[in-house]
Amino acid sequence: MHQYDRRRFFKRMMLGASAVVLAGCDKLSNSQTFTGLLKTGESFSKNARGLLNNPKSMAQEFSEADLSPSFRSNGTSMPNSAEYIALEKNNFVDWSLEVNGLVEKPLKLTLADIQALPSRTQITRHDCVEGWSAIGKWTGTPLHEILDLAKPLTKAQYVVFYCADPMNDDGTDKYYESIDMVDALHAQTILAYKLNGETLPVKNGAPIRLRVERQLGYKQAKYIMRIELVEKLDHIAQGKGGYWEDSAGYEWYAGI
Amino acid sequence: MFIYRHKLPTRIMHWINVTCFIVLFMTGLNIFNAHSALNIGKSSYNGLAPVFEIKSRQNSKGELIGVTNILGYEFNTTGVLGASTGPNGNMIKRGFPSWLTIPGPKWLAMARHWHFFFAWLFVINGASYLTHSFLSKHVQRDLLVNKKDRASFWQSVKDHARFKHPTGEDAIPYNVLQKIAYLSVIFILLPLIILMGMAMSPFLNSLIPGWVDLFGGRQTARTIHFIVAWLLVGFVFIHVFEVIITGLWNNIRSMITGQYYIDTSHKKGQ
Repeated sequence: MHQYDRRRFFKRMMLGASAVVLAGCDKLSNSQTFTGLLKTGESFSKNARGLLNNPKSMAQEFSEADLSPSFRSNGTSMPNSAEYIALEKNNFVDWSLEVNGLVEKPLKLTLADIQALPSRTQITRHDCVEGWSAIGKWTGTPLHEILDLAKPLTKAQYVVFYCADPMNDDGTDKYYESIDMVDALHAQTILAYKLNGETLPVKNGAPIRLRVERQLGYKQAKYIMRIELVEKLDHIAQGKGGYWEDSAGYEWYAGI
Repeated sequence: MFIYRHKLPTRIMHWINVTCFIVLFMTGLNIFNAHSALNIGKSSYNGLAPVFEIKSRQNSKGELIGVTNILGYEFNTTGVLGASTGPNGNMIKRGFPSWLTIPGPKWLAMARHWHFFFAWLFVINGASYLTHSFLSKHVQRDLLVNKKDRASFWQSVKDHARFKHPTGEDAIPYNVLQKIAYLSVIFILLPLIILMGMAMSPFLNSLIPGWVDLFGGRQTARTIHFIVAWLLVGFVFIHVFEVIITGLWNNIRSMITGQYYIDTSHKKGQ
């Protein structure tokens, strides 16, 4: 995941465009019409997922022998917020997960409450959008167990995850992500609190992180504080459904 | 004498393919730059060192240098791989240089949008080409290796080595090496690169769990995708070279208007 500096790009485009065609391509990349056309590729992929249909297809699970010696941390490795630092100091005893939005029964669950629910352990491969993969053993509560308690209203279409980690040094722009109900209710979609049999380390998202195994790494939100069920994503931040979707233009559907 | 060499659909699909290939290759290098190492296996962190890696570091004088590691052998590739000239004329850390990537700057999200859009176009175009070429008997008549080709194999190898090519009416059918090159690209390399691209998709992995391991795992698939891309670049270079030495304008015209000129003045026995 990379921060992208628009100003530097413009400068670069002005000064560094040695070939006309390539400069043309870069210009096209900044044209809304053209990038809109390019993004039809994404809706093709999303629709192909519908056609190939298997909302319940299972991500591959691996054996202990495949585990990566150390699970790489990417993005935030220690959230830079006073609130999180205080929670972490106290081993997340004071932490709780809020579940609200379009639900019959809003919830506030402690870590102990979540761990008391049925759990699932899965050895899966984490595929970063950058290209690398790491294999880890995750233990957590299936999201559908929590949603069963909260009872989503029928008009709820998306589940939004609000995280504790600010993406800017000044503490603003906290990470967030969203998935649709197909992935939310999938058997392998869990809120993980253990990695490789140990308490989830801070660098990997303590106290809980999302595992949504049929999508890329940036969907696997870490440091989750609140879950909201919504009908539409447009009113959240800039409306693209996730921090990287809004800030850098990554696809919301990250199955490719 | 002019003959009608390439049918209209073949010509259109050829140039769509050219565009797709260039864009896919150059956006692919931009995507590669986001993690400029290739591994073998199911994950990148399995205790095995990368088989290929582009890195940068400071030399003893404190200057930024680019280093490429292939199977444990290190090469200084400053200026092209690992460290190349940035927008302000200074050296910056970068896998492949900006003149080889679309977009020029490091921009993974945009490179992916380009790559997947052109990947769809490329696949649809390829499927149309195959359908058309089988139905019109282009594959059966012009591409498949026949008895005469098998007999002329070694002669064709010798001729190519001396840059000697058939002229006159003999230049109408593809020669045996040409056929083998086209068949390998159409039926081996292109399907393989598409499949290895699909092998990197977590959703497509889930449709038949474990299928990616038939190719050695996701990271091996990424490595194969990269190698095949360069093999295709190699094919393009040889293809363009052959186009140039066997009559640049005649060949290009035949791929634009379909008209191909053959010199019949030296016909034997007349």
